[in-house]
Amino acid sequence: MRGQSLNAILAIVAKDMRTYYLKPPAVSWGIVFPVTWILAFYLRHPSGFAELAPGLVAMTALFSTTAAEAVVINFELRLGALERLLLAPVRFSTVFLAKVLAGALFGLLMSAVVTTGVVLAMSIPVNIAQLFLLMILSLVSFAALGAFLCVLVREVFEAQTLLNLPRFVMIFLSGVVYPTSAMPAPLRVLSRFFPLTYSVEGFRVAFSSPQVNIVWVDLLALAGFTALFLLIGARRFAARFV
Amino acid sequence: MNNAVVVHTEGLTKVYGRLVAVDGISFEVREGELFGLLGPNGAGKTTTIRILTGLSRPTAGKAFVLGHDVRTEIVQAKRYIGVVPEQSNVYDELTVLGNLLFMGRLYGVPRGERRKRAEELVEILRLSDRKKSLARTISRGMKRALTIACALMHKPCLLFLDEPTVGLDVAAARSLRALIQELHHQGITVFLTTHYLDEADLLCERAAILVRGRIVAIGSPAELKGMVQGEPVIVVRFDKPVANLEKILASRVPESGMVALNSQEVRIVGGDPAQVLVALTSFAQETGLRIVAVNTVQPTLEEAFLKITGLSPVLMAQEKGK
Repeated sequence: MRGQSLNAILAIVAKDMRTYYLKPPAVSWGIVFPVTWILAFYLRHPSGFAELAPGLVAMTALFSTTAAEAVVINFELRLGALERLLLAPVRFSTVFLAKVLAGALFGLLMSAVVTTGVVLAMSIPVNIAQLFLLMILSLVSFAALGAFLCVLVREVFEAQTLLNLPRFVMIFLSGVVYPTSAMPAPLRVLSRFFPLTYSVEGFRVAFSSPQVNIVWVDLLALAGFTALFLLIGARRFAARFV
Repeated sequence: MNNAVVVHTEGLTKVYGRLVAVDGISFEVREGELFGLLGPNGAGKTTTIRILTGLSRPTAGKAFVLGHDVRTEIVQAKRYIGVVPEQSNVYDELTVLGNLLFMGRLYGVPRGERRKRAEELVEILRLSDRKKSLARTISRGMKRALTIACALMHKPCLLFLDEPTVGLDVAAARSLRALIQELHHQGITVFLTTHYLDEADLLCERAAILVRGRIVAIGSPAELKGMVQGEPVIVVRFDKPVANLEKILASRVPESGMVALNSQEVRIVGGDPAQVLVALTSFAQETGLRIVAVNTVQPTLEEAFLKITGLSPVLMAQEKGK
């Protein structure tokens, strides 16, 4: 049965990548938007850009993972195509996980392009293994959050609107452009409830030195968010149908 | 009929808020059977299929598919069942072959067999000419055929078809019915829902009539027709079309059932034949119509349905936009 589940996950991920993610709308939302921000910040203040790089890479991960989730989930729900997946001999949670992993994989591709560009252009020292681990946890956590929000509503436009709320709130409160340490105390506390905060903090350490400097708090927090969003998302997903 | 039971329900119930969609239904379907669930819109046909295929959880009662409890073991049963929903739900962005290969992969069909099976199915379902076309570019009838092909990709032994011919033109519907019979002859158990009684009469070996979530009759089409056996059935044809012919005649012979065949012809079931003929003659005289033909005939499944449920099959078909 595990083999069947893995098979189904691979099939759904490959299908979603081909039919939705690797298409102009998803690519433009997933990469053009973050790249525009990066260029804007770079042109505004080239010398201080290295400091902003971790936040902008984290933002790219957030935007790219959630770029097409509304389409992948809500559009399919509307068409009835999602039910076709649910008729397959796997659990509903397996289908949900496949949807999350497709988003995370697309996020990985987009983030890899942006990160490579930023690291090479700015000659920023980086601990690749640490960055990779943090990136994977961040991507799955963002994708699971996005998928959870998508299954709360039916229409694509409702899902897009709902997804924008945490995306933009996190950009401003998670230290992407403005350090959390400089925020008022209540906002600092609030920022602890966002996975993006831990991604930015972790990336900052990974980008500061090629030496291994394990950021346990960030890794554990991201792992916790991932597990939480996957659990509540899968439950909500199943509850929608049965 | 000693074949194994492949679908078994006992007191199956589904409640949505205050609406009882399926109300304590019990029935069995045996291996190799072509079984139909008949009923009007909202009777609970689709809800029943959704429960049996694991898309909906029953509120009460039991349901077993291929011996597996739908509450706890539906994943095991899903390996051997194919489902064709009322609305075709193939992936428009994939080609005809792409859709089939994806379904094969999803259901774990071995890589080496996938393409062969997909090619076989496009041949059987006459989709070969369009196999490389995107699904969004093919006709509605072809999409329906592709949806069925997708459901057959993993060689299921039990096939659920929800209103298979709704929205198809006459030729496509006829071709699809022939395909369903062919699949049945190959040994696949077919469970279909329909509100087209002529379709059920043609295809089904046994059928259950579902009204407001309850099974009101179950049996072979002959047995169901037998329920109105002995009732006189008269077909009358007028020389000109008459608007609302069925309603007008129903008001003149209220003890009989009416089924309009077209705007000039109506089937009249039950009642006293002498009184019916008097009423028809006076109606023709009053309206200046001429009776072209009067025949007595054997009852059809439509008449049986009318008698059993009190619902008009014509209205039922109109609801679905036939």
